Amino acid sequence: MSAAAILQVSGLGKRFGGFVALADIELDVARGERLGLIGPNGSGKSTLVNCLCGTLRNESGSVRFEGRTLDGLKAHQRTRLGLARTFQLPRPFGTLTLAENLRIPMLYAVQARGSATGPDIDRRCMDLLELVGLADKADRLPKDLTQIEMRKLELARAMAAEPRLLIADEAMAGLSHQEVDDILALLVRLNEEQGITIILIEHIMRAVLSFSQRLVVLVAGRKIADGDPQDVVRQDDVVAAYLGS
Amino acid sequence: MRNPVFVLWLIVAAVLTFVIARLIDNAYFYFAGYVVLQYVVLATAWNILGGYTGYVNFGISAFIALGAYSTVVLHKLTNLPLIVMILVGGGVSGLVGLGTGYLTLRLRGTFFGIATLAMAVVVQTLVTNWEFVGGSRGAYIIRPAKVAYLGIDYIQYLFLMMLGLCVLAVGIARAIEKSRLGYGFATIRDDELAAEASGVPTLRLKLIATALSGGLMGMAGAPLPYYVTYLDPVSAFSLSYAVNTIAMPLIGGTSSWLGPIIGALLLGTLQQVATVTISSALSLLIVGVMLVVFVVAAPKGIVGWFWK
Repeated sequence: MSAAAILQVSGLGKRFGGFVALADIELDVARGERLGLIGPNGSGKSTLVNCLCGTLRNESGSVRFEGRTLDGLKAHQRTRLGLARTFQLPRPFGTLTLAENLRIPMLYAVQARGSATGPDIDRRCMDLLELVGLADKADRLPKDLTQIEMRKLELARAMAAEPRLLIADEAMAGLSHQEVDDILALLVRLNEEQGITIILIEHIMRAVLSFSQRLVVLVAGRKIADGDPQDVVRQDDVVAAYLGS
Repeated sequence: MRNPVFVLWLIVAAVLTFVIARLIDNAYFYFAGYVVLQYVVLATAWNILGGYTGYVNFGISAFIALGAYSTVVLHKLTNLPLIVMILVGGGVSGLVGLGTGYLTLRLRGTFFGIATLAMAVVVQTLVTNWEFVGGSRGAYIIRPAKVAYLGIDYIQYLFLMMLGLCVLAVGIARAIEKSRLGYGFATIRDDELAAEASGVPTLRLKLIATALSGGLMGMAGAPLPYYVTYLDPVSAFSLSYAVNTIAMPLIGGTSSWLGPIIGALLLGTLQQVATVTISSALSLLIVGVMLVVFVVAAPKGIVGWFWK
């Protein structure tokens, strides 16, 4: 597995004062894999994402991406290397239009890699807005969007960085059945057509199970399960974590 | 409009302003106009940091005074032309801006504002205790009567210099606005975490903004000793610089290059007229009243009435 791994996390730990948010996390993600990450509220999922993406510094352990250590790299440097994320609560750039929101990662991540130039960027922004169904609102401000559209914008902005690994942190919370399916289909398409590795953090079990090829469970900052989704959700300690023993 | 074309128009506007001033042919017009133009530069410079990136700098007087005192030092030591002094003053203030930025930009919101205010107090204390530039007694600068190679009075020359700085500052502000840098600044203003996640090197961009903003303020302050001919710390670090420089972009609108110009022209002119017709003490009152009115009636400034 490690030869083909795009992301290797070893011994990762993070504390907030005396509170151990993450302890000794070991995780390999294979190139092109669709990984589901679940866990009860407060289990450390978002903290793990923040440590992977450089928003938080992990005190121990290391993160390797495409064979390169990320320790000490800032969030924007990791984005440039091809590791993009969405935020659990959408954080759009409020004074910029939707098209401009997508321009930012194009200008700062894609162009910094040298793989996009001027007029190309406008077209790619529009293509992405088209893909998530927001093309008719390209010149509107994020405050004009509904919650659902905001989530689509959040996802589109992460995709605009043209990542090789996309971490979607609860991209579907609050969406309807149909909308969840739409986003799932979009993520699967990104994965299958463009070969983007995706880590999906989600509470909607139906979505996680249909999306994931492998499922990892975090409970109280520790990884308690890792394997085939159907097997993992039948594991006793996983059931206990969710339903109580 | 492309940037070189825009700068060309700016130069045309500056030349026209100077021609009109020559036609009015009143020495006081230059004295009053100099102050208004100085505020155009200061407001534009402040807005690069305060308006574009959203970091509110209260330490304006420190940057102006650093520029002004650089000129005092150069005046005592050398015989350099004013334009070189302006460049040196800008360089000193820009470096201090960079340093301040590096030390304080991990602070956010109000805390950054307080840190810049503290920085102004530190610089004022240092200057007040520096004998070479006159200490608390202040320094006298003998202004030449005329500029021989242009054949104009020195105050006209100062006015012309400030016009040039206006072109420079506004040109830079406009060029930044719709550039990659400008978009980066806007993301810092809107959401720094999301900016980092989108690949924006926020710390580096903030340092560019503080250095540029501080540098332009220093350039605006560099000719000041020649304008006032007597510079002491109390007037160089006057609170009114900070109040005016912040009020002008807020009244004009912080979202574009035009806002600070409108604010500075409107407020600056009003103050100069009030100084002559009523009393100089009134000028701060005018700022206060206008700020309250605009915060209530037009939170996005005058520009906000017309644009989104």
